Amino acid sequence: MEKIFRNLAFSSASLVFVILIGIFITLFLASKDSIDEFGLGFIVNPNWNTEISLSNPNANMDMDMDMDDSSASDDMMMLDDEDDMPAEADTMLFDEDVKDTFTEYGGLVPIVGTLLSTIIALVFALPIAMGIAVFLAEIAPKNIAYPIGIAIELLAAIPSIIFGMWGLYYFAPIVADLVGGYQVSLLTAGLVLGVMILPFMAAITRDSMNTTPDVLKESAYAMGATKFEVIKDIIFPYSKVGIIGSIILALGRALGETMAVAFLIGSIFTLPSSITDPTISIPVAMANNFGEAAGLGESSLFYLALILFIISFAIISIAKLYFLRGAK
Amino acid sequence: MPVMNIQDFSFTYPNVSHPSLKNINMKIRKNKITALIGPSGCGKSTLLRSMNRIHDLYPGNRYEGTIDLLNDSTQKMENILDIKKENEFIELRQRVGMIFQKPTPFPMSIFDNVAYGLKIAGIKNKSELAGRVEQALKDGALWKEVNDRLDKSAMGLSGGQQQRLCIARAVAVKPEVILFDEPTSALDPISTGAIEELLVELKKDVSIAIVTHNMQQASRISDYTAFMYLGDLIEFDKTESIFLNPKEKQTEDYITGRFG
Amino acid sequence: MRLLINKIVLGLSTLSALIGLGFLAWILITLFIKGLGSFHFSLFLNDLIDGGLRNLIVGQFILAGIAAAIGIPLGMVAGIYLQEYGRSRYAGLIRNLSDIMMSAPSIVIGAFVYAIVVVPSGGTSGFAGAIALSIMMLPIVINTTDNMLSLVPRELREAGIALGASKYRVILDIVIKAAKVGIMTGILLAFARIIGETAPLLFTSETSNYFSLDLSESFPSLTVSIYDLANEPEESSRDLAWAASFILTVLVLTINLTGRYFTRNKKR
Repeated sequence: MEKIFRNLAFSSASLVFVILIGIFITLFLASKDSIDEFGLGFIVNPNWNTEISLSNPNANMDMDMDMDDSSASDDMMMLDDEDDMPAEADTMLFDEDVKDTFTEYGGLVPIVGTLLSTIIALVFALPIAMGIAVFLAEIAPKNIAYPIGIAIELLAAIPSIIFGMWGLYYFAPIVADLVGGYQVSLLTAGLVLGVMILPFMAAITRDSMNTTPDVLKESAYAMGATKFEVIKDIIFPYSKVGIIGSIILALGRALGETMAVAFLIGSIFTLPSSITDPTISIPVAMANNFGEAAGLGESSLFYLALILFIISFAIISIAKLYFLRGAK
Repeated sequence: MPVMNIQDFSFTYPNVSHPSLKNINMKIRKNKITALIGPSGCGKSTLLRSMNRIHDLYPGNRYEGTIDLLNDSTQKMENILDIKKENEFIELRQRVGMIFQKPTPFPMSIFDNVAYGLKIAGIKNKSELAGRVEQALKDGALWKEVNDRLDKSAMGLSGGQQQRLCIARAVAVKPEVILFDEPTSALDPISTGAIEELLVELKKDVSIAIVTHNMQQASRISDYTAFMYLGDLIEFDKTESIFLNPKEKQTEDYITGRFG
Repeated sequence: MRLLINKIVLGLSTLSALIGLGFLAWILITLFIKGLGSFHFSLFLNDLIDGGLRNLIVGQFILAGIAAAIGIPLGMVAGIYLQEYGRSRYAGLIRNLSDIMMSAPSIVIGAFVYAIVVVPSGGTSGFAGAIALSIMMLPIVINTTDNMLSLVPRELREAGIALGASKYRVILDIVIKAAKVGIMTGILLAFARIIGETAPLLFTSETSNYFSLDLSESFPSLTVSIYDLANEPEESSRDLAWAASFILTVLVLTINLTGRYFTRNKKR
């Protein structure tokens, strides 16, 4: 009996390993067609679902416009980017001489969209989250910090789809009024993503700050330090590693977030020329195109998923293994 | 001559009805070591922590009575319980330093630890900082051990060295009084001996109040001793009198080890 | 000067806390106004095809419930392995991988289940959705169990062993009971998290306008339908999406608060 239970426990734990390896292998196999076809050049190729005439690769662009947002359709022909097409993709094009057109998929636009929206979210959320964390850990008296802390944690639990809806119908119009540009854009998507990771980031940063021993703070106050000096010279250095780990963890969340971004980024495969332009991110590309995609298109979506999985795996590993080691 | 005069002092923690300290009357004398002894929970640390009002980091405490601190420039006694403004708190804490039970090195280099108090007090001149850090480390009897690794993290020092570093850090800002809250309870006997020697050396420059639960320590190094029990100050006198000729029965019982 | 800087920084910090809370209050108030405005009890009686939400709410609960039925026992037993049996490097590896899996993009998990379940079985199904959610839930339950068991004092285990009980009996009868409240809280929080998930369901269960208990077909999902409804041009669809969001949020927060209430009682 003991032995059975032990083996059962071992198998369940190993399931984690199996699933992670399974995800990796499955994504790889499912994207194999696309990997074979486009190679690593996929990452820097800005075209998605673009038919290219083999005789003249620069003509006959047909962007996929399957989103119902028609407001942003004029300025998206990025013909000049065509010259940047990597050499290996070119050679592959000419290998194929059966058809005279060729549908090309490249991941640059969603990759750039994912990274930029995450960066905007971080730039926006980081200072506010730090402020909230400092407020909760050091400024507010306990009887205020406690309920506010719970409120912040509860808000981190609100489903992301709700942030998306609120962002689209209430937040984006105001942002667009203030800075101009489209309501669905990299900027509004990034900002809503920022609002979404804000409570998460604030809560774990506060937890890191709270690990600073009271006596260490007291001994700085006992030297006549001001609160700000204690925060800057004692608490931040002491909990630095934990705070950085928390930020990276929030970054990992932002990278893989689908629903909050899906409402706002515009879902068009075009490189944004300014941050108020619509574009697309990897999770949104998957969410909106998976249903209709087939063949090389579906394989390319899996390729994107593989890229996203590797990026977030790497980022979270760094956060966990390097920064949050032993911070239990 | 007293640098600190505590009169009719009572202290109550927040959300507690009865006071933790009742009607304390005692003095901290200049260039002397005053020991506070008594069983755990007697209020000795609470009293010590009132002397630089570090209690006020957490709101809701109630003070009664007075704690006068000698102002060196005017030679007048000023009541530290009147302090309300932040800059006055900062000034108080620069004048009354504190050493804690466990060493509290800040997460920075040895040099920066000692220079920290000086920097926040507004000293920017590099050579002056270097000179005062060196002097403070010498005062803290640590200079010989660390002068070749001042830029290394203070976390790498041993417990005893860390505690002497904290003393050097407190001494660097030239306080009038230093409060020691069981400074050797986390240390081995050799490090404890080193710190005791250091305290005796330091009293040439500062007045010292020390909380200790180690009666031998109190008798070895202190000039005056206060015995406290359950929030009351039972007896306060010269150390010899307390240990050789206590007036109160409770004091005698405690120092002869009959309770506590 | 120092005091001035101090004041400014503390002021900015408090201000940012207010900004943060302001945003969050804005979201909640919007949700309440829009949600309550379109809320009606008949929503619980009709299916989506008749303008109600009944099938979606039931469907979401069934999906999350099956996911919990798969994820909780597996996760708990795996957590027990990590804390009670695994002293090896392998256990350390699994612990780290489980942490990583907890933060893996949910849409990728959806894509994984699409590839291994939806494609072979020929179409989206409630079962695929439940599997995707259970994969989301597994690492959270492992993490909770692992952490909570680590808080149980060693003496308790030794006392059990000293009485002559076998290790697994000690674990199941004593250790788990001692950590029960903490684990329950963790599981409730995990449930609250997966019941609000959308991305892993998008192409696994999809959603359906009709009431269904058949897990082999596309299955009604509240969250996926919110996404669909919110993107429709008609005002009435969007109102329905708001009402659904309101119900979903109340649900998630209630489960979440219930979990916290347990731990709070325990601390006292």
